[in-house]
Amino acid sequence: MDKDEKEQLERLAAELRKYIVIMNCYAGSGHPGGALSAADIVAYLFHKELNFSPANYQDPNRDRFILSKGHSCMVLYAALAQKGFFSTEEFKKLRRIDGMLQGHPDRLKTPGVEFSSGSLGQGFSFALGVALGGKRAGLDFRVYVLLGDGELNEGQVWEGFMFGAHYRLDNLVAIIDYNKFQSDDLTSNITSLEPLHDKLASFGWQVVEINGHDFLDLEQAFSQARKTKGKPSVIVAHTVKGKGISFMENNPKWHGSLAPVGAERHRALRECGCEDLRL
Amino acid sequence: MKTMREAFGLALAELAKSRDDFVVLDADVAGGTGTHIFREAFPDRFIQCGIAEQNMMSVAAGLSTTGVLPIVTCYAVFASLRAIEQVRNSIAYPRFNVKIAASHLGLDVGPDGPTHQAIEDLAVYRSIPNITIVSPADPVELYKALPVVLDHDGPVYLRTGRSPLPTIFDDRLSFELGKGKIIREGRDVTIIAVGVMVHRAIEAADKLQKEGISCRLINMSTVKPIDRELIVESAARAGCLVTAEDHNIIGGLGSAVAEVLAETIPVPMERVGIRDLFAESADPNDLARKYHLLPDDIVLAARSVLRRKKNERTTGEGTGK
Repeated sequence: MDKDEKEQLERLAAELRKYIVIMNCYAGSGHPGGALSAADIVAYLFHKELNFSPANYQDPNRDRFILSKGHSCMVLYAALAQKGFFSTEEFKKLRRIDGMLQGHPDRLKTPGVEFSSGSLGQGFSFALGVALGGKRAGLDFRVYVLLGDGELNEGQVWEGFMFGAHYRLDNLVAIIDYNKFQSDDLTSNITSLEPLHDKLASFGWQVVEINGHDFLDLEQAFSQARKTKGKPSVIVAHTVKGKGISFMENNPKWHGSLAPVGAERHRALRECGCEDLRL
Repeated sequence: MKTMREAFGLALAELAKSRDDFVVLDADVAGGTGTHIFREAFPDRFIQCGIAEQNMMSVAAGLSTTGVLPIVTCYAVFASLRAIEQVRNSIAYPRFNVKIAASHLGLDVGPDGPTHQAIEDLAVYRSIPNITIVSPADPVELYKALPVVLDHDGPVYLRTGRSPLPTIFDDRLSFELGKGKIIREGRDVTIIAVGVMVHRAIEAADKLQKEGISCRLINMSTVKPIDRELIVESAARAGCLVTAEDHNIIGGLGSAVAEVLAETIPVPMERVGIRDLFAESADPNDLARKYHLLPDDIVLAARSVLRRKKNERTTGEGTGK
């Protein structure tokens, strides 16, 4: 990745964060923390990795992006709007009556959404089914599924890790947005995930640990996943919850569901470069 | 006599010869659900998911987006309770074309006991939008229903069964989704039954006939959407009604019929079913006797509902006049 590409990705990720804050303010609720932590990962996927666009989104051979941590849907909506799946005008109707953007993703309402996620663990298993189906059908698309760290509390996820390794789903990459916080507290204070790397490796997955805000790291990890054969890959992406909005960073309060108001709203909008939003 | 699960396995294997669009998912209970028969015939179309029903349901949803039709199979207690949230959120809400086929229904499960006796599956599935519920009464109907279920575009919950059952129907039977079938015509009382209870209802109707009571008997093999028209017409005609199911009295067939009656023509009605309790391990026939699911229990219910009909006609109560 050259300097220009890296800068372009930084601009696109900054725009995703701006969209997230705008949407969050329009809706008056939502889950900004985990959307912001995943913005760089999603920017990289949508602009560098995925063969997925409004032109091919119903093509059986398209790559699939599945957001298993459905509550972070603002980052998905931002990326889909950025790619031209729908207008940013839709942001105004997020979480509102008759809007196409639901509080958690809805595949039947929103173009580009592959799965109606929100109940944690299910998007991951769904993605495994898509990957297995792709292999069985001889299709060569790849499957990318983004999980939260708190989501790993779900037993279903570990059923899935066994399943993915058993069926050698090397056409699938799971990315864990390891921002260290879940709804109430630090993941380490809820039911600790560590040693996470060892756990995942012992389940038979190829594990790569990276800084989820570093595009060079992301490039290397996804390229390694492509080269890995005979087993699925999981990228443990260390991130900062609320990344980009100073007062949201590493503060579990901003998991959600809420939106900044008053002085905090002005500050959030200013920090993401959007000072003229009229709500 | 074949068991319904055996019939299911055979029907799958037979159907797979002429259509290559479906795969079968199993949670390490193939011998219990009858799918081992399919596995032997079509090993490449059999997907073992291990004892992990929650993952299996969501995997099936994913598979359904890749040009294949998944049939998820397991015991009803797991299909309707353990993995029900996956059925709701991974299959029903996104409306994926996945079929869920479950064996081990009600007290017919027998000696495995209450942990494995699904007595709530109809209640649970009935309350989830987008899902059709089919519960055939004999191997012939199951055989006829299977291709219709597979052709239906949308999630279906298909109930099979565990115990051997004699055949009721012959090959002329045609299965129509959403339609109850009158299998005996009569004027005094209507009995609506589902699954294994259809057999007991036939015996009950024979006994009632000997007492001079003529019964209309309906096999309500599509529990959702329920055949409202047939229920209303039957209630109007007989003026009273009995339902029979090997399921908890709350939320199943009896409730579905009562809901229709309450909104249309409320006639006296009695429900035969499990009286909101957990049973025990025993032979299914002993359980049916102890927990009042025998033909005689249907006969008692019919007599009782006929008395109520007579009283109402005498006093004019409950007729709305």
